[in-house]
Amino acid sequence: MLNYNFNWSVIWRNWDAFLDALLLGLGMAVLSLLVGCIIGLLVAYARLAQNRVLQWAAWAYVELIRNTPLLLLVFMCYFGLPELGIRFLDKVESFVLTLSLYAGAYMAEVFRAGLSSIPRQYVEAAKAIGMRPWQRQRWVVLPVMFRITLPSLSNNLISLFKDTSLAAAIAVPELTFTARQVNANTFRVMEAWLTATALYLVTCYAIALALRAVERRYASIR
Amino acid sequence: MATSKAALLLQARGVTKSFGDLEILKGIDLDVRQGQVVALIGASGSGKTTFLRCINLLEEYERGEIRLDGEQIGYRVESRERRRLSEAQVSAQRARIGMVFQSFNLFPHMSAEQNVMLGLTKVRGKPKVEAQEIARHWLDRVGLADRRDHYPYQLSGGQQQRVAIARAVAMEPRLLLFDEVTSALDPELVAEVLAVMQDLARSGMTMLLVSHEMLFVRQVADHVVFMDGGVVAQAGAPAEVFERPATPRLRQFLGRFHGILTGAG
Repeated sequence: MLNYNFNWSVIWRNWDAFLDALLLGLGMAVLSLLVGCIIGLLVAYARLAQNRVLQWAAWAYVELIRNTPLLLLVFMCYFGLPELGIRFLDKVESFVLTLSLYAGAYMAEVFRAGLSSIPRQYVEAAKAIGMRPWQRQRWVVLPVMFRITLPSLSNNLISLFKDTSLAAAIAVPELTFTARQVNANTFRVMEAWLTATALYLVTCYAIALALRAVERRYASIR
Repeated sequence: MATSKAALLLQARGVTKSFGDLEILKGIDLDVRQGQVVALIGASGSGKTTFLRCINLLEEYERGEIRLDGEQIGYRVESRERRRLSEAQVSAQRARIGMVFQSFNLFPHMSAEQNVMLGLTKVRGKPKVEAQEIARHWLDRVGLADRRDHYPYQLSGGQQQRVAIARAVAMEPRLLLFDEVTSALDPELVAEVLAVMQDLARSGMTMLLVSHEMLFVRQVADHVVFMDGGVVAQAGAPAEVFERPATPRLRQFLGRFHGILTGAG
């Protein structure tokens, strides 16, 4: 280790590849979070619904995803779906689909807890001014739940961004994959992996700071 | 003050309600005429609040009927079968009845002004500018013109309750329900809320209130209803109910407020 001579020039030469990889990872994480929020919201409502079949289906989905390794889901989706005749997804789309389903299960739990924690009084106040059921959800329940669950949303975005490194397993050119490529092509082991590490770290920290600012903006509830 | 000749606004007949095996309302009859202020008094557990909540269907009642302007609340009778109205129909009925709650229930993610505007824009379909004008008018009327951009957590209990009253009255309801609206307030904040209610009563608003503020009830109400064990035990003008309690239960109940009431003269 003491004999290792750092040569950072390979990093500068591959800097554009690193940045593209970082943006791809971020893009996949944000997209998965958005789709995951939509899935999560629907599943959370399904879990709280009166209908037993809906309840059970939502429960099964959440438990299936949460008790399966993400990498396995990535492989199932990328290698398994084409076997079933679903061939129109490229690597990135396949991974985003997997990560969205994964995020959906976790967001479903977050939203379920959020929806259950909203005091009945707010809904009654909305009823009392004559709001219809969907209006009560749209203008009272969801905005309040959004503010309650904002911190979990930030944590999930950071987790999802880190999980995009698993896309390297199906050769999506994100950060981990790119670091491995640079490593393999240049034999600059430490430079490649340290760069990837630093980029993950800085990005995650920046996300946390940015979302904390958003949380303060919406801190009117307490 | 409304006379008995004013039009009948709310009519309840034989309203019953149970929670499991516990019968809370055992057949309530009540009339409220336009412009009247009617007060429900009685010990806790006597069913006052439950009855109030049945009127805008926050609780479903089981038998009997409640009519507002002659239209039955919550249900229609079809070939002798009682059917619940759709949520949309119930929502439309609720929009004609305002309610102010014990715990204020302001929407926590909205400023005072937005709290008042929400029903005006979403339920009444008013343009934003007009809704804002109305909201400002009512916030001014309850003495909170300088607090309209404050969020509920930035307001005192008394201020929150006044916003809640503005929110209810801005919808121009036919009837305004008050459910122990001063019970959660610090004593020094009660007067400001009662003053707003007295102002509304003077302006001719029809009000039905559950209250333990006996002095206020005595001064402001046109009609007092004493509930006991899920029935109306005595009803009449305040002077009659307070000075000639017909039952030992009412005498006992009023006895607790004796000091206050004799002070009222």
